[in-house]
Amino acid sequence: MEPKVWQEMPPGGIILEAGSSRGVETGSWRVSRPVVDWPRCVHCMICWAFCPDSAFLVQEMKLVDVDLDHCKGCGICAVECPRQCIAMATETDVAAAA
Amino acid sequence: MTTTIARRGTKRPPVPGTPVAMNGAALVAHAMRQVRPDVVAAYPITPQTVITETFSEFVANGRVHTEFVPVESEHAAMSACIGAACAGARVQTATSGPGLALMWEVLGIASGLRLPIVMHLCTRALSAPIDILCDHSDAMAMRETGWVMLVGENVQEAYDNAIMAVKIAEDPRVSLPVANLLDGFVVTHCMERAELLPDDAVTEFVGEYSPTHPLLDLQHPVTVGALDFHDYYMEHRRQQEEGMANAKQAVEHAAREFASLFGRSYGLLDTYQLEDAEVAMVVIGSAAGTLRMVVDGLRREGVRAGLLRVRCLRPFPSQEVANALKGVQRIGVLDRSLALGAAGEPLWSDVVAALATHGAGHPVTGWVYGVGGRNTPPGQFRQAFLALLDPATQPGRAGYLGLRERR
Ligand code: SF4
Ligand code: SF4
Repeated sequence: MEPKVWQEMPPGGIILEAGSSRGVETGSWRVSRPVVDWPRCVHCMICWAFCPDSAFLVQEMKLVDVDLDHCKGCGICAVECPRQCIAMATETDVAAAA
Repeated sequence: MTTTIARRGTKRPPVPGTPVAMNGAALVAHAMRQVRPDVVAAYPITPQTVITETFSEFVANGRVHTEFVPVESEHAAMSACIGAACAGARVQTATSGPGLALMWEVLGIASGLRLPIVMHLCTRALSAPIDILCDHSDAMAMRETGWVMLVGENVQEAYDNAIMAVKIAEDPRVSLPVANLLDGFVVTHCMERAELLPDDAVTEFVGEYSPTHPLLDLQHPVTVGALDFHDYYMEHRRQQEEGMANAKQAVEHAAREFASLFGRSYGLLDTYQLEDAEVAMVVIGSAAGTLRMVVDGLRREGVRAGLLRVRCLRPFPSQEVANALKGVQRIGVLDRSLALGAAGEPLWSDVVAALATHGAGHPVTGWVYGVGGRNTPPGQFRQAFLALLDPATQPGRAGYLGLRERR
């Protein structure tokens, strides 16, 4: 898509369509990622509430996955999880293992 | 449009005001009450404090239903204003000198997000050394942050500008914040005879604010403040420039509408005895009153002196300034602040650039006066006029008025 010229852009840098970040991979610069020990997770949603990028995916009141397109690897979830069932793994380690 | 302020003796306007004796800060607080902002977030600082105090009393006494946010700093004041304006509120604040300096980071955000916030700026010197009195160094430091800047001369004009500012800011072709400059102490604290317009007439004049993309419109959710890079930033800045260019017409439009209702007529510029002037001074703010008196005195002695007061500092009306000064042989500019290390003082630089761009390359001599609140008596302005007439006076910076120095 050709980028818009200034006369056609909405003013003030606002974005008119909601949820447009779904189309943008904001997690590509991540250094490490959360790895959840699923059997130990009690679905308390603390990680979901703390994640600054809304990267925890929930279905039917259960934590089901991490959205790695948007997780930036800050590690807040790993610190906040009361069950300590989130570990941070470096992307290089993940790549080497794969 | 170059107009001269309607003076006493003009015919009764359709909506007459009530004469009051009031200082500029208090009267501006009345204007704030009458335009009914949804949110005012402000932090008191001398000489602006009277505005904040008076307005918060209006809120406390139920005379206006504004959400008044007593914030912990000016940075917080402007930030709260930005948040409220994003939500879709009509927002105002007021500040002075160091308070404005503390707001600096967020001034550009208010403008970049195209939020029509109105700020009353009671001009004050910047520290150090500490000085609470008037000069324009605070205002001059915000010239390029994307705010429309109106400069009043007296209590009445500070009030009238406060009302017109709302219309200019909220004009959808502009959609930029507006600063209403009034000289600290000289205008904020001196009591003058002025006219207070009827509440409902002002409320009707400014109308209801209808924001284009308010965050609180849940049916049309938008993202505000997203990341911009090399791919879009330049285009957004260009848009801002367009809003600023449109502000010129918006200032004139608001002034015409104001004049038709309330009788006082304003333009981008205010000229005095300029039509046939051979020598003229350019100035902003309250010093214009003294300068008119000096012009009258010189005229009595046969000197064709004139005055050009710039009312709209941003956008700077370059073409209009050049037109107004077209026939003037010797031009002086009076700056109430220093631009340390620059080619010249701020107003001088704008005037020189305007004349150079629009083909009237007369020499322009600049003086610094009144810095830090120093009083400039008429005799000193007169000396500057006489120096302009002296062929030995060079263009560029001529020096100071009223500075103690070893000769
Ligand atoms: S904080 Fe830990 S226990 Fe709670 S939902 Fe997240 S991973 Fe599961
Ligand atoms: S690492 Fe940070 S961004 Fe990624 S899921 Fe955890 S809290 Fe969210």
